[in-house]
Amino acid sequence: MQPNVRERAIAAGLLLSMLGSVGFMVAYAKQMSTQWEGFALACAFGGFMIAALGWARWILPQEQVVDLRDTYPQPVEERAGMVERWEHGIARVTRRRWLTRMLYTALGVFGIAAIFPVGSLGPEPDGKLFHTRWKRGIRLQRVDGSLVRSPDLNDDAVVTVFPENSIGDSQSMAVLLKLPDGVVKDAPQGYVAYSKMCTHAGCPVALYRAADRRLVCPCHQSVFDVTNDAAVVSGPADHPLPRLPIEIGPDGYLRATGDFPAPVGPGFWEES
Amino acid sequence: MLWADNRFGTASFLHHALKKAFPDHWSFMLGEINMYAFLILLATGTFIALWFVPGHTQVVYEGPYQLLRGQRMSEAYDSVLHICFMVNAGLLIRQIHHWAADIFVAGIVLHMGRIFFTGAFRNPRELNWVIGVLLLFAAMCEGFTGYSMPDDLLSGMGLRIAVSILQSIPFIGTWATFFLTGGVWPTEILIQRLFVAHVFVMPALITLGITVHLMILWRQKHTQFPGPRRTEENVVGSPLFPLYTFKSLALQFGVIAVCCLFGAFVQINPVWIWGPYQPWRAISPAQPDWYIGWLEGALRIGPRWAVHFPGHMIPSPFWPGIVLPGIIMVGLLGYPWLERLFTRDPAPHHLLNRPRDVPVRTAAGVAFFVFMLSLFLAGSDDVQARYTHLPLDDLVWAYRFFCVLGPAAAFWITYMIASDLQKKGGTHRAERVRLRRKPEGGYEEEPVG
Repeated sequence: MQPNVRERAIAAGLLLSMLGSVGFMVAYAKQMSTQWEGFALACAFGGFMIAALGWARWILPQEQVVDLRDTYPQPVEERAGMVERWEHGIARVTRRRWLTRMLYTALGVFGIAAIFPVGSLGPEPDGKLFHTRWKRGIRLQRVDGSLVRSPDLNDDAVVTVFPENSIGDSQSMAVLLKLPDGVVKDAPQGYVAYSKMCTHAGCPVALYRAADRRLVCPCHQSVFDVTNDAAVVSGPADHPLPRLPIEIGPDGYLRATGDFPAPVGPGFWEES
Repeated sequence: MLWADNRFGTASFLHHALKKAFPDHWSFMLGEINMYAFLILLATGTFIALWFVPGHTQVVYEGPYQLLRGQRMSEAYDSVLHICFMVNAGLLIRQIHHWAADIFVAGIVLHMGRIFFTGAFRNPRELNWVIGVLLLFAAMCEGFTGYSMPDDLLSGMGLRIAVSILQSIPFIGTWATFFLTGGVWPTEILIQRLFVAHVFVMPALITLGITVHLMILWRQKHTQFPGPRRTEENVVGSPLFPLYTFKSLALQFGVIAVCCLFGAFVQINPVWIWGPYQPWRAISPAQPDWYIGWLEGALRIGPRWAVHFPGHMIPSPFWPGIVLPGIIMVGLLGYPWLERLFTRDPAPHHLLNRPRDVPVRTAAGVAFFVFMLSLFLAGSDDVQARYTHLPLDDLVWAYRFFCVLGPAAAFWITYMIASDLQKKGGTHRAERVRLRRKPEGGYEEEPVG
């Protein structure tokens, strides 16, 4: 008997699947590209899909069945039996009132004890968010390990700095800018440093727009005015980037004169 | 089968189970897509987990990708690069995994839309609606923890934002942050905890959720659209075996094939381009996976509104990051009861509504969709500003207005369209009849079914 068109289509699907499987074996054994391996796998599964569809549409009887739903609620006598069994059981369990009370108490005490291991999860906050590693006299170090000296930066140059020997410390990261003299008050030779952690959601404030002297956060586009104590110009941040107090030592190295005056990064409940 | 009946007495159950009716409407297959996507995720995820190292220990990259050679990075990122470049088919499986995750969440949303707009959540299916909503949020968390683990620059930024949101909660935020992440950002233990959540806790919960979801479905039987022979008391459809089994298998193979094609040809999250996460570095533009987009948008257009108390504050991210998702979640969970408050209809329903027949619900659903869509679009406002040359601030304000006015307009328009369609009729299909020619000439008709 000659197979008809539909049967041929199903056979073609299965053939495609076989080719795909063999193709995958070859592609895998020869460590071919991701594309070939994936394409072969897709053929293997796609062939199965064609075959299954064909079977469902053309080979299997297109029967419709009718299921009757169970009706709820179930018969009264069943419900009554269930309720009675339950209440009877509870009554038996709680017959000794004082034992029952002790059971509840013991369960409660155990419940409290079971919460205690949560304490192992993490350290207490313990004011850690209020401090960074900046202290009076600590020099400013770049990511590459070099220390910043006063003539290093041109006007509108920007560099990421850390406390000396704390490269990578997220709480302490700061962005050091050199602005033309006189643009910012109390900026020795125009050097000014702000925390690099955005006060909105903690991303690094990594974009500097020299045209209008703004720091921009790439995550949610908070904009800070570096000529005005990093005040928020636009965006969702709700307070300025804390400014790192710095001075230029007699040896020309930039030094912090203390920690940030306010907690860095996103706000939290204990912050005022 | 006879062997099983000899041991377990399964004949009676299987006899009925094999001819269980599955309605044939295409929209009933949306839920199955999720089940199959989840199976793909389990299989591909197991494969990836064989090489992934959930560690923060710094190593120097010495693999074949030249641009990162000699760079310091975490073991986690190093192991992901190893999976991408050194494990045969590793990149393929990783991309299939990521695509399947995106399809998983998308399928859940579509399935939920079907359930919502046809009223399938009504009595007696409220609990299954609740489980479904919880599964959606579990899937989102699962997805987020998944793409946060490679410790690349993009995922590190996303995690940092998530931790900042956690930290913004009044009273407990700081403590919750320290206990969940293990200290001051970036902690040494976070990836290990994400790993436990992603490969064990969340998959176990999702598996449990799907199981209960399906058991309830099996017990209560499917809903169905009104039609010939279909009543509140029955279900009409294809029998589970063999017809529906083959239809469903076709869908399963189709879903897998699509994931394979995407994994093969459409690059997703090329972590080697982002580089290792370093707290002082960022990439721009940076957008999350699609299902977190609305949250990203909410953070961007959310109000700059820090509330200060003596010695305390509630920072701005709390409103878009915690309060808004909280309201959305409670609203979704409670919707079946919310609707009943208005309809005062506690009766069980097994026949579905056509969306036009319940214009208020349909309009509310579309309005909610437009609200989420506006947040989602706001999540890439920086990219839009770049291409349209519009000032970013203007876009932010446009989205702020749009996320209020857009849903209102959508509600009104949808309500009008639905009411109009309803008036035009067409709610009921014409009865199907069989025409028979009479011997004396002319025709007579006889109802079918």
